[in-house]
Amino acid sequence: MNPYLLPSLIVVILVTVAIGAYGLRFARTTSDFLVASRSVSPSWNAAAISGEYLSAASFLGVAGLILRYGAEVLWYPVGFAAGYLALLLFVAAPLRRSGAFTLPDFCEVRLRSTRLRRLATAFVLFIGCLYLLPQLQGAGLTFATVTGGSYAWGALLIGVVVTGNVAFGGMRAITFVQAFQYWLKLTALAVPIMFLIFQWQADGRPAVTPPAGAVFPVATSVVIERDAVLDGVGPVTAGETLHFAAGAPVPRVDTVDAKFGVDWLQPGSESGLFSTYSLILATFLGTMGLPHVLVRFYTNPDGASARRTTLVVLAMVGLFYLLPTLYGVLGRVYTPQLLMTGRTDAVVLLLPEAALGGGHLGRLLGALVTAGALAAFLSTSSGLLTSVAGVIFTDVLRPGRSGSVRDFRLATLLAAVVPIVLAMFVSDMDVSRVVGLAFAVAASSFCPLLVLGIWWRGLTAAGATAGILVGGGSAVVAVLVTVLGAELPSGLAEFIGQPAAWTVPLAFLVMVVVSLLTSRRVPADVGATMLRLHAPESLRG
Amino acid sequence: MADNPPPPRTRVVLGDAAARRRPADPARTDLAEQTPVGEALVKGLVRAQLALALRLSLVVVAGLGALPLLFAVAPAVGRLKVFGAQLPWLLLGVLSFPFLMLVGVAYVHWAERNEQDFTAVVRRPER
Repeated sequence: MNPYLLPSLIVVILVTVAIGAYGLRFARTTSDFLVASRSVSPSWNAAAISGEYLSAASFLGVAGLILRYGAEVLWYPVGFAAGYLALLLFVAAPLRRSGAFTLPDFCEVRLRSTRLRRLATAFVLFIGCLYLLPQLQGAGLTFATVTGGSYAWGALLIGVVVTGNVAFGGMRAITFVQAFQYWLKLTALAVPIMFLIFQWQADGRPAVTPPAGAVFPVATSVVIERDAVLDGVGPVTAGETLHFAAGAPVPRVDTVDAKFGVDWLQPGSESGLFSTYSLILATFLGTMGLPHVLVRFYTNPDGASARRTTLVVLAMVGLFYLLPTLYGVLGRVYTPQLLMTGRTDAVVLLLPEAALGGGHLGRLLGALVTAGALAAFLSTSSGLLTSVAGVIFTDVLRPGRSGSVRDFRLATLLAAVVPIVLAMFVSDMDVSRVVGLAFAVAASSFCPLLVLGIWWRGLTAAGATAGILVGGGSAVVAVLVTVLGAELPSGLAEFIGQPAAWTVPLAFLVMVVVSLLTSRRVPADVGATMLRLHAPESLRG
Repeated sequence: MADNPPPPRTRVVLGDAAARRRPADPARTDLAEQTPVGEALVKGLVRAQLALALRLSLVVVAGLGALPLLFAVAPAVGRLKVFGAQLPWLLLGVLSFPFLMLVGVAYVHWAERNEQDFTAVVRRPER
């Protein structure tokens, strides 16, 4: 095992706890815990938002998807970044000016409906769990892969570290932790990729898609995990170990779905258009509906700084997403065995040692990327937990004005228990896929609520409720069908597997139509609310 | 931005955000209750900001959203090579990010100008 690995992981956990403890010195009131007293500067806040947003799906999953499917999944990183542009254009400043803290709060401020508030709470909890579960699973799997330990202990360890950090430091501490973790994640991908590119140059720039098919760069042993048929080798059974010499062609495995040659190099044909546009819609519009993203905007001092923060986030996230693509491409050259085992999510972790050899440099860089992956799990799950705990604190425990820090800690514990227990027993869900589904649910429930609520006076509570129930509800059903793995006819599978292309327009349509039908129930003070959402703070005197 | 004094520290009330909505200062109440004129001013601001956001999202839809269709309808475009890299990889993997950033910068610039115009109109001394 890599001797640098364990020390680097311990350093990340210790620094996380230390920064959390340092932040704790400033955290005194409930307000510190929930919104860092709205006194975080745009650059700190932007680094924290980016650190929180770049999850395991971004750090490991995107490179893995590109290694596997090539050009057609380039939309994942673009969509993950573009989501912040949509947020900037339609939501950032008015949402901050609304003065609400969570999505349920926004429902109450804008539409004065307790029933809608409860519905929004249910959706926040669902999306939060759906997003938290794969983070913990990814953490457990990475722990098991790189240390050889047990999956359940890895998931439990991360769960406990995150819960403790959130419960004791709250939002104030988390802001510093997240900002640190953004820079750690960026460094952990940027430094190794420079060495990897130099190595690729030094190796004489081996072709990414050689015309004769991929070959093993060095002698490699591959352990087969499932019965399969290999072209050129024949049928193999689970547990069998195959040995390949350097320069031997890489056989294709029929149980692993991947693309090769020209199919990998060029974007899909017309048949994939529906899923491509569905993915674009989900990622572009889903970001604004994620609870852990929204909660961060309330920590800005005013609407204009919320806008600037979003702009800096867009730059930081865009900078980061240049890197995973390169890992996916170089993985094609140096770790082709992942296409045989199907564990493509591990490409970022394995590439440094595979390309640079088992010397000190390769191992050191390998430890660095693993530390970055750990930071990804820690930061995203901390942020999610803070926001879910915030909603439980205000809408489930309902402490009112007497809400204390102890109640917030109880809420954190309640929010953490379900995903941690689930993560210990469910280990075979695909990280990137579940995260994509969470985006689809957010895009078809909260995106229409926010966009129409901010820009259209005619929205009514009945319209918003109906839209969330119909659009968000059908997205939830599609997600559950996909996650539970029901067999579907092929025509239907595409509609259910990537539901955003029909659930998002459906949610908008239902919201508008029902609002028009109940137009007599538009809140009487909608003019004042609109003024508050859109007028600059300087006018408030 | 820099010359505004930091706002006074206030307690954040979570559960009952609605209860906080009191007519705190006369200027805001004035604008909020200013019947047709105030209403028209706010409507104008909202319309201007929405038009700006929609226009810029149209730029993104035309610039990025049309690409999958283009690659599907004209596969030859997807096979083009620029500086040794395939065009789709260069467009999506590299150039899309500065493009999004540029649209964002333009939006912040114009949105702040809209707000300044609005403030100037509201603050104009009555004659």
